[in-house]
Amino acid sequence: MSYSTKSPWILHYDASSCNGCDIEVLACLTPLYDLERFGIINTGDPKQADLLLITGAVNDQNKGVVKQLYEQMPEPKVVVAVGICACSGGVFRECYNILGGIDTVIPVDVYVPGCAARPESIIDGVVKGLEVLENKLNKMREGTL
Amino acid sequence: MGKRTIVPFGPQHPALPEPIHLDLELEDEKVIRAIPSIGYVHRGLEKLVEKRDYEQMTYVMERVCGICSFGHSYGYTSAVEGLMGVDVPERANYLRIMFHELSRVHSHLLWLGLLADGLGFDSLFMHCWRIREKVLDVFEAITGARVIMSFCKVGGVRKDVSPDMLRMVRNVCDDVEEEVRKTSGVFMKDSSIRNRLCGTGILTREDVLDLNAVGPVARGSGVENDARTAEPMYRNLGFEAVLRDEGDCWARCIVRVDEIFQSLDLIRTAIDTIPSGEFCAVVKGPVPEGDYTFRVEQPRGEGFYYVQGNGTKNLSRARVRTPTNINIPAMVKALQGCDLQDVSMLVITIDPCISCTER
Ligand code: SF4
Repeated sequence: MSYSTKSPWILHYDASSCNGCDIEVLACLTPLYDLERFGIINTGDPKQADLLLITGAVNDQNKGVVKQLYEQMPEPKVVVAVGICACSGGVFRECYNILGGIDTVIPVDVYVPGCAARPESIIDGVVKGLEVLENKLNKMREGTL
Repeated sequence: MGKRTIVPFGPQHPALPEPIHLDLELEDEKVIRAIPSIGYVHRGLEKLVEKRDYEQMTYVMERVCGICSFGHSYGYTSAVEGLMGVDVPERANYLRIMFHELSRVHSHLLWLGLLADGLGFDSLFMHCWRIREKVLDVFEAITGARVIMSFCKVGGVRKDVSPDMLRMVRNVCDDVEEEVRKTSGVFMKDSSIRNRLCGTGILTREDVLDLNAVGPVARGSGVENDARTAEPMYRNLGFEAVLRDEGDCWARCIVRVDEIFQSLDLIRTAIDTIPSGEFCAVVKGPVPEGDYTFRVEQPRGEGFYYVQGNGTKNLSRARVRTPTNINIPAMVKALQGCDLQDVSMLVITIDPCISCTER
């Protein structure tokens, strides 16, 4: 295990979620679930983040923001889509202002289902994301990424 | 006079859980003007009425916002019931009030936590959210879900709540009350919190009336604006709006703290006096032509629901006017003349719910 998978920092962005998944992401950080015990910290700065947690689907207004945040993050980076909105558009997929899931603008590594996604499954998703991060890091070291 | 600078704030910002963008026009450290721009969370879900029938629409409306999701389904279903002339059983009304007030408790606790976080008081944030989990446990025990509950349906509620469960809810209320008493004392007495909150972001009574602010923002400035005062159900339970006169950030905070206690009292009275009987009326057939409106006091202020039927199973219009939408002008007013450092805290005291605003 390397330093970044031991203590990964998270950046959370609300694309167009209904808040349901958002507050569950925050709930993960609070005493009952306490993600911080894994060394995970919620940061507001994309330059310091290893994991991007996105809730909600993308629309025309925020797709630029999502792309920008992703580009600002240093390699290796992992994107976790939280909630069915972020996975596919979910309940809102037929709305006129919804383009689709997060993967329509940036590559997604882990999909967390649920509406709202439960904190347990979000934590599970983050832990899966760490595996991906580790793999990417190894590949980067070998020079194959 | 200093030079004017424009500082962008948001949409992604550490202090904001949700995306809103503000252009802050500064003169030295003072904010002269704040220009909000929104649209990052717009989904256009009101237009889904064309594709979903009135019952399915309940579950779409619930997702206007994940924090006050119960309130939205309550407002929407009540409007549809009014249009269709459905007689909602008394027991369902009591259960709805119980859930609505529980949602308020969890929403206000969430807000207190965010405020503490905005002030840099991390342990207080954790405590508020820890207490809030108790309310979510009640939701989970009764409905199986934590935030989006799908408990309301047209005609009543989805399932009955057993007497044992009601007793459990009552115990949790006592428990939460005790915990909130301890924790809220910090907001009331701690000098560093009072230093930051007292006297900042003042909205006078006139400002509130001019700008039509609603909810705790209005009540913190002494304006009695609470949709619950007009509801016979709440009057039976002995409801009276909580008011403060100061109009500053602290007043808005205290209004919310007091409302937590009041909601817990309302829930207990509702549980003690709940009648037995049916929990859901049978609803059949298409929605008749015509329209109907309904008001609900959401945790953040008055929500206004409008539905229009056209004789089919699909409504021709479902519209919701949400509290944050109306409070944005008040927020911009409060930001004028404040220090740059206070901006994030001031934005938080309005308790903005952007996904409500933009739908
Ligand atoms: S998945 Fe459900 S709870 Fe999560 S943001 Fe979308 S609608 Fe809200």
